[in-house]
Amino acid sequence: MAEVALETQGLTMRFGGVIAANRVDFKLRARELRCLIGPNGAGKSTFFKCITGLQSPTEGEVYMRGIETTGWMPHQIASLGVGMKTQTPNVMDSLSVHENIWLAARRFHDSREADRKTLEIIDLLALGGIARDDLGRLGHGERQRVELGLVAVGDPWLILLDEPAAGLGAEEVERMTAIIHELNRQAALVIVEHDMQFIRSIAETVTVFHQGKVLIEDHVDRVMSDPVVRNVYLGKKS
Amino acid sequence: MPGDLKGEAIAIAVVTGALILVLPLVIGTYTLTVLAIYGMLGLSLGLIWGFGGILCFGQAAFFGLGAYAYAISAINIGESTIPMFLAVLVPAVFAVFLGAMMFYGRLNDVYLGVITLVVTLILFKVINSTAGPQYMIGNARLGGFNGIPGFQTLNVPGRPDAYIWGDSYFYVCAVLLGFVYLLVTVLLRSSFGRIAVGIRENEVRMSLMGYDVRARKTVMFAIGAAIAGLAGGLFANWAEIVTPNLFSLGQSAEIIIWCIVGGLGTRLGPVLGAAGLAYLKFLLGQQAIIDNALVTGLILVLFVLFLPKGVVPALSGLWRASFGRRAPGGIRQRRRSRHREHLNG
Repeated sequence: MAEVALETQGLTMRFGGVIAANRVDFKLRARELRCLIGPNGAGKSTFFKCITGLQSPTEGEVYMRGIETTGWMPHQIASLGVGMKTQTPNVMDSLSVHENIWLAARRFHDSREADRKTLEIIDLLALGGIARDDLGRLGHGERQRVELGLVAVGDPWLILLDEPAAGLGAEEVERMTAIIHELNRQAALVIVEHDMQFIRSIAETVTVFHQGKVLIEDHVDRVMSDPVVRNVYLGKKS
Repeated sequence: MPGDLKGEAIAIAVVTGALILVLPLVIGTYTLTVLAIYGMLGLSLGLIWGFGGILCFGQAAFFGLGAYAYAISAINIGESTIPMFLAVLVPAVFAVFLGAMMFYGRLNDVYLGVITLVVTLILFKVINSTAGPQYMIGNARLGGFNGIPGFQTLNVPGRPDAYIWGDSYFYVCAVLLGFVYLLVTVLLRSSFGRIAVGIRENEVRMSLMGYDVRARKTVMFAIGAAIAGLAGGLFANWAEIVTPNLFSLGQSAEIIIWCIVGGLGTRLGPVLGAAGLAYLKFLLGQQAIIDNALVTGLILVLFVLFLPKGVVPALSGLWRASFGRRAPGGIRQRRRSRHREHLNG
């Protein structure tokens, strides 16, 4: 069981008559990297929210390293060692980059150790030049990177990233890819993305969501060439 | 921020000491006493609102509870030491229950405001309707809208005959204000304080990082209530009577105005706002041409329009802009552009 980082069984989320996630069975091994794709409204973000406790699923169960966490609060799940980056940058805007990361580090370390970890992460993410700036004044790419720092500083073993490459320039995407590979050495990752090139460069296995269900789950090349996937999601061009 | 706590503690002590020596030359100590008490009350809301992000419309409820807790227990005990502790403890415990109910119930800010406001109203109505002789707590008659007069006022601990009043009482209040200010400073520099500010900024992010937002906000709320309660106990001693008006909505609104005018997110702002506006009210109370509430309202409107951040942030910004060792804009821009170049290769 310890080999499975995350598992959901029959995970269902209804909003009134709308079924955002429909009996999703999902399994992720330790240190696996998985990409989730699917058209808008396919239920990817809802799936994430159900896993991290931001929403509690209508039916079904969530297991993390074999522990059932269905219906837990977000802070309880995070305390297990699960990090999440939400779709839009979710950070403390009027605090400095350093303070943001320190607050994340302080959850798992005492004050002095948190200071040390913070500097380490700032170094790793090359944020040194802006460490004392307020986060709200920084650009989108820098904020994405800081949020990744918030996630990474807790040494999580499961990381959920909702569109980490959205709105980034080519060079920043490259940097993001390197960071993700670095994180993947310790942690299992689930990444929601739309950028196909980015997905090709990081993923092996891809899960496709469609209308709340898992449509297909396979190697990235086979998924990309699957006619059904191309039809519902990629359009004719890709 | 780690670092210079010692220096700041010394600065607080020196400034408090200097003000205690200088201010009585200008304003009577009787008035100064109540200004210090209001300063403490302003600080209590300034802490939980400005740093904890909890907008409480009922800070007066804790102030009033502190005053009543003091008055009732002072009558029953006949000595002031334990009642002073109760003035802090009773509102704090009350706030733990009220806060837990609100924060664990996942109420959002608007309902938080509504509930704290309604709780204040309920307390006002309840205390107001306890006029009959059957409403007694121990030997203390609650007295309805007439309030409770004639309780034991502050004495030297252990010596009920040695009253502390007049100038000495002002010193006690001013020193306590300095002490509370120091405590707030220490709190905000601690991990708890820094995490509280993080929660003010983004609750979702903080909970995704593993912090129990509900518990932390409840504790913060209770700390604010404890400080307001201490101010209430001191106020009871100063006024020598407690009345239901302590719980009035007007009082709650005034505390909020103090914070806005003085400057949210600073420690000094709410204290200055409270003392300044209360003193203005005192001066205006000596004439009959302009109505008091009108002026307070006007000040609030003017501040919201023209100085929305309040006096202290505006002044410190001005200070930094004109006398700062380095022009912050220049340095920041230079550093940033270098960084950009670096990013571009």
